[in-house]
Amino acid sequence: MSTPASDGASLITNSTKGTEPTRTPRHELPDQPLVVIQSRKSWSPLDLHELWVYRELLYFLTLRDIKVRYKQTLLGVSWVLLQPLITTIVFTIFLGILIRVPSEGTPYILFVYLGLLPWTFFSAAVISSSNSLVSNAHLITKVYFPRSIIPVSAVAARLLDLAIAFIVLIALMAWYRVALTPAILLLPVLIALITLLALGVGMVSSTLNVKYRDVGVLIPVLLQLWMYASPVVYPTSLVPAKWQKIYQLNPLVGLIGSFRAAALGGPIDWPALAWSVLIIAVLLTYAGFLFRRRETLFADIV
Amino acid sequence: MNRSIIKVEHLSKLYRLGATRVHHETLRDRLSEAFRTTFSRQNNGKDNNDNTIWALNDVSFEVSRGEVVGIIGRNGAGKSTLLKILSRITDPTRGRIELYGRVGCLLEVGTGFHPELTGRENIFLNGVIMGMKHKELARKFDEIVAFAEIDRFLDTPVKRYSSGMYVRLAFAVAAHLEPEILIVDEVLAVGDEQFQKKCLGKMGQIAVEGRTILFVSHNMPAVLNLCPRAILLEQGKVTKDASASEVVAYYLNTGGAKLARKEWPDISTAPGDDVVRLRSISVIDENGEVRQQVDIRRKVGIRFEYDVLQPGLRLVPTFNIATESGTIVFWAGDRNPDWEDTPRLKGRYVTTAWIPGNFLNAGTMIVSATISRVRPTHEHLYEQGVLSFEVIDRMGEGTARGNFPGHFAGAVRPLLPWETDYVPKDEGVLK
Repeated sequence: MSTPASDGASLITNSTKGTEPTRTPRHELPDQPLVVIQSRKSWSPLDLHELWVYRELLYFLTLRDIKVRYKQTLLGVSWVLLQPLITTIVFTIFLGILIRVPSEGTPYILFVYLGLLPWTFFSAAVISSSNSLVSNAHLITKVYFPRSIIPVSAVAARLLDLAIAFIVLIALMAWYRVALTPAILLLPVLIALITLLALGVGMVSSTLNVKYRDVGVLIPVLLQLWMYASPVVYPTSLVPAKWQKIYQLNPLVGLIGSFRAAALGGPIDWPALAWSVLIIAVLLTYAGFLFRRRETLFADIV
Repeated sequence: MNRSIIKVEHLSKLYRLGATRVHHETLRDRLSEAFRTTFSRQNNGKDNNDNTIWALNDVSFEVSRGEVVGIIGRNGAGKSTLLKILSRITDPTRGRIELYGRVGCLLEVGTGFHPELTGRENIFLNGVIMGMKHKELARKFDEIVAFAEIDRFLDTPVKRYSSGMYVRLAFAVAAHLEPEILIVDEVLAVGDEQFQKKCLGKMGQIAVEGRTILFVSHNMPAVLNLCPRAILLEQGKVTKDASASEVVAYYLNTGGAKLARKEWPDISTAPGDDVVRLRSISVIDENGEVRQQVDIRRKVGIRFEYDVLQPGLRLVPTFNIATESGTIVFWAGDRNPDWEDTPRLKGRYVTTAWIPGNFLNAGTMIVSATISRVRPTHEHLYEQGVLSFEVIDRMGEGTARGNFPGHFAGAVRPLLPWETDYVPKDEGVLK
């Protein structure tokens, strides 16, 4: 009766009990442990090597984000083209035609598209990475992997949108017969920098978002402000000289300004760009340490 | 040479209740708290002991390669914390673990499955999430599909799968993990008998291949069958580490778990007084057999055997059923009109209360019993937590779970009659 094995024992078909199985050790145990689990020192940098080991996971999570996003929408990929196109047309009508915002001799539609292209990518990447840890809570609480993969893949998934949006840019540039200069080679570098900036911001905000859900709400609002504090719909030259010093602190001023200049063949503001690189380096280092410090808590509080 | 593949040394984990219970505090709470603490300054320095709990407290053990070890203990004993630390989901507060092999964790099947993605896409995603390489998955792909028996639906989004297909696919991927150390949580708790058999069978096979398994379970028969050795955790500490039969017997016989029957052969020490003495109490099935485990679909009886020593009193045997976490599911007293208001004669009484099938939720149930007198009310005996039994989850036809594979919350799990009236569209209001 009360022997616990009386019921349920019949559940087991391939019982291993009784038969001493032939155990075939496939190889010797290593001398050093593969993994040591212990309480971590409070400040340590991101483990980039581990990130590399898990690169396949990064790839599949990015692929998942992309596939799911396009599967759930009716128009799929065309949204990636429609969204910046619609905003571009709206801005062109209101700012370009009605208010006549200066565009440094470039047709306003091309001018504003060159701002919106990197900006849309940046803001989408920041928003999705900010929410990434929270929306992947089911993974974080069930499996181990370097947590930084989550915000990184959220940013990476937006690169495809950017690539698609480039098609419109090429069409616009061809239509307005923009002459290409060697400066165009700077574009990939600038995209890489914008990606890193988005990643830095996204890693910090996603970390905070795990604990304070306000951050998820705050980020889109801050991004709105940030857009108007960056030369997206107007040229940097529009900002009065006495404000330029403060204005230039925004790393996107150098990045978006250079992006536009690189495409149109204008002069690149190297000091502004150098400042952006410095900010990105500092931000990413900080984000890496902060993330590393907080990541052990994610599973407990998310 | 039997070197340890897992070494756990003085492992401790402190949880701050505030951090786990209050899920996501808002920035406002934080700011007002910062304000408070700045100005009151009482809470500085060390952790407040009231708000912390040692989920694991100085746990040490070693596991040799090829061993299959069961980890048992009540809810809250630290089993899941240990699992989470071993699988690196959370860090220990103190102590360390050395792992000399690749670890695969099955804390749940289908981790990371996305409903919008197809079966094919989910196999790769889920596999990579669980630590497999893309190449390895591509090699085992056909095998996984065959195991899951879903080949026709490979390119259908899994949201259109039946729950049975979903679970089969999820388990198929998990079953093809090839780590040197496999950590398994109660993935077997859910699913129909067929599926549980498949899971246990696969685990047995893995064990034969010489891989190390840590199996955390409530299912004592499964632990006894799969694991030569078991570790008992109680309140965050290892209280027993020996052969599975010894540990399970110890667990069942001490406070850890109660049996489904208790008797008092000696009347002088039996609970009660000079009016009534409880002689035995048991959990029985419909055939009157004592049962530690009851199928959720079957009715279960609580049988009292008691001696009335003083005649003329109106006695009511009463009991309650509580879950392991202490929630009382219900109280019930004998309301049979033949007996409720009848003064009892001296002698031996055997009374059984029947709890219908498809009523209790799955899990451990704790029985407390009393016999009292009415008019005036007086309690002659009260046996708190005298018995316990397991309600075993089932899936499919005749269950309240149906084909739903997930967590099934609730104090009870009744199978209700459902009625639906259907009005064809052109006759109803939706013209």
